[in-house]
Amino acid sequence: MNATDLDRVIRDALISVAPDLDVADLEPDEPIRDQADFDSMDTLNFAIALSQALSVDIPEADYAKLASLSECRRYLAERTG
Amino acid sequence: MPEFLMPSLGADMTQGTLVEWAVKPGDRVHRGDVVAVVETSKGAIDVEIFSDGIIDQLLVPEGTTVPVGEPLALVRSDGRPEPEAPAAPAEAPVRPVTREPAPEAPAEPAVPVEPSTPAPAAEARGEAAARVRASPAARRRAEELDVDIGKLQGTGPGGAVVIADVEQASGPGPAEEETPNPMGEKPRALTEAPGDIREIIAAAMTRSKREIPHYYLSNWVDLAPANGWLADWNDSHPVEERLIPGVLMIRAVALALERFHEFNGFFRDGKFQPGDGIHVGAAISLRRGGLVAPGLRDANKRSLVELMTAFRGLVARARAGRLKASEMAGGTITVSSLGEQGVEEVYPVIYSPQVAIVGFGTPSERPWVVEGRVEPRWLVRVSLAADHRVSDGHRGALFLEAVTHLLQEPDSL
Repeated sequence: MNATDLDRVIRDALISVAPDLDVADLEPDEPIRDQADFDSMDTLNFAIALSQALSVDIPEADYAKLASLSECRRYLAERTG
Repeated sequence: MPEFLMPSLGADMTQGTLVEWAVKPGDRVHRGDVVAVVETSKGAIDVEIFSDGIIDQLLVPEGTTVPVGEPLALVRSDGRPEPEAPAAPAEAPVRPVTREPAPEAPAEPAVPVEPSTPAPAAEARGEAAARVRASPAARRRAEELDVDIGKLQGTGPGGAVVIADVEQASGPGPAEEETPNPMGEKPRALTEAPGDIREIIAAAMTRSKREIPHYYLSNWVDLAPANGWLADWNDSHPVEERLIPGVLMIRAVALALERFHEFNGFFRDGKFQPGDGIHVGAAISLRRGGLVAPGLRDANKRSLVELMTAFRGLVARARAGRLKASEMAGGTITVSSLGEQGVEEVYPVIYSPQVAIVGFGTPSERPWVVEGRVEPRWLVRVSLAADHRVSDGHRGALFLEAVTHLLQEPDSL
């Protein structure tokens, strides 16, 4: 999966959790939780959306690696090979 | 002939505007079908019908504002033409729930702000789109994806077009794949209506503080057993079956209520009316401000995974402004949890006409005495606000202690 596809998956997952989120406004290196006002339920729904879209398991211990957009890209690029 | 009435979508609602019919005369409808979209001060809401039948006549044109309880449509109970005479008592399988007296419906403190009115999408798409049954969410999605909703075959309740149908019709967009920066696409414009939701919260909370003599109690809960249990569970289950602490808290409250009925129900007409089950309203904060508290029905009878699935769906729909009318009904009690980012303790306000609300603060690591030694432990402060007309502090304390105890034994949840 190329970087553009991965970005779209991440964007779609974010919008599925927070439909009114303007993903373009997110600072790539700042925590999504703070910028999008995510709570534990949103984080879980985000992980579910990513896991379903990419068919990869995301252990709970790895949620921290999804904290910012940059970290998401890095982590998911590794997981999807 | 049975009538479909303007429903009460909250104790404070006096009128609503019928913005869109999702059915036309002759359509067969089933319990749970979305038949109309009603605009209230809270936003546009999908309104479902609570009986099977056939739409005989639409009494109110789109765009009309009518009082709660006003007939909107006539519904035949079967396919035969209805005689002009009043329906015989023997033939009354159609029983619109909306016939129930509206004013005393359980109050929600607030309801989601629907980001946009669905009607313009239908107008833009012409007659076919206007007549097709579709949820407002599906119409919005169709607008976004430039899909003609009038040409779709719906797979939702009663053949209604749902989001999945729209997305399937849209298919993978080849143009989108060439978009240089997909992260930069703005999903859609949204109109905010924070004023409405503030008014609703203001009305509900003012009524509560004016009428209900609250008393407050609180307790420390050691989260070590629950956290350990959750970590094991989540480690060994796929992401769809994972749990969050909030669902254990809701379940503990529901189970404790089985032994403390006086905290579960409503205060109406000068007396306490026990709930018809244990339905826990889960306070959900909305990103643009305000909160909703849709009910998790029979929370004491459902497994943690079932509750979690239901809770997850409610949060997602509430935050997307897509709760259905049937979900707007609150619980027989409410649980309000501050979650991970907050402060130690919450002093909640009862959602009238409920008689109790349980609050959970933000868990924090604190010194705790265990078998004579001080240890760092993750603790959460649980609090109760209850209606003193119905219960007293002694029972309240026992109830909170029961909740605390249940959370020490997560296997029992």
